[in-house]
Amino acid sequence: MKKIPILRLGRILLVSIQEDLTDNEAMQFQSDLVNKVAEIEALGVAVDITALDVVDSYMARVINDTASMVRLLGAEVVICGIQPYVAMTLIEMGRDLIGADCAFNLDQGLEMLRERIAHRGDIRFTGDGDE
Amino acid sequence: MNERRPSVRLAIGNSSDIVTARQAARELSAHLGFGKAHQTRLATAVSELTRNVIQYAGAGSCLIEDLSDPGERMIRITIEDHGPGIPDLTLALQDGFSTSGGLGAGLPGVRRLVDSFHISSNPGLTRIVIAIRKPV
Repeated sequence: MKKIPILRLGRILLVSIQEDLTDNEAMQFQSDLVNKVAEIEALGVAVDITALDVVDSYMARVINDTASMVRLLGAEVVICGIQPYVAMTLIEMGRDLIGADCAFNLDQGLEMLRERIAHRGDIRFTGDGDE
Repeated sequence: MNERRPSVRLAIGNSSDIVTARQAARELSAHLGFGKAHQTRLATAVSELTRNVIQYAGAGSCLIEDLSDPGERMIRITIEDHGPGIPDLTLALQDGFSTSGGLGAGLPGVRRLVDSFHISSNPGLTRIVIAIRKPV
């Protein structure tokens, strides 16, 4: 079973889904990420899905749910790089399935995360290294 | 590109078969020169329909056919299962209807992704045939 690497940049987590996931792998990814967020008390998470050329209703729901779970724990989330044809297909299917905040690319996503974390008002949280 | 690709029949029994089926559909549509939008819609439709097979019937099959001719590129995909069938097809094809709590895209959503969509369902055999086409 494929494992999605979760990279850590200070208290921001970075995930790039590079391969088409099976349903089980998607669920595994969800629980790995949520656990990692709790473990390091992450302030923000960027999930890059540029490489996904199919996001069906199941995958969209997993991404949505993961984003909600991460927010419940107290972290900010941005989904980055959804492909135009993926966006068109999801909306044509009649579901606004991606309820999470989105950005064009990882660069912009990280910028959004930093702004939001800074907006929380405690500058110590934005520390690039360790707290 | 005058030779048609041979048909492929895939068994659908677990979640990795969904991935295999949608990738095969995408690969054939790319090979036949369908644009990215068509490729994505078809692969997504196959993903939704094969997941329905697993969810409602446990197992089934997915037949992928290249029916192109000199004037037109065409892919036909037939998804079958031997499950209990859909009791009320008219209802199942209405927007917003779902028996599984609205988790999937539903048949109306899938129908919008492809150029043609036919369904017949009885206890013991549900068959959905979808196709995409484009002029050469």
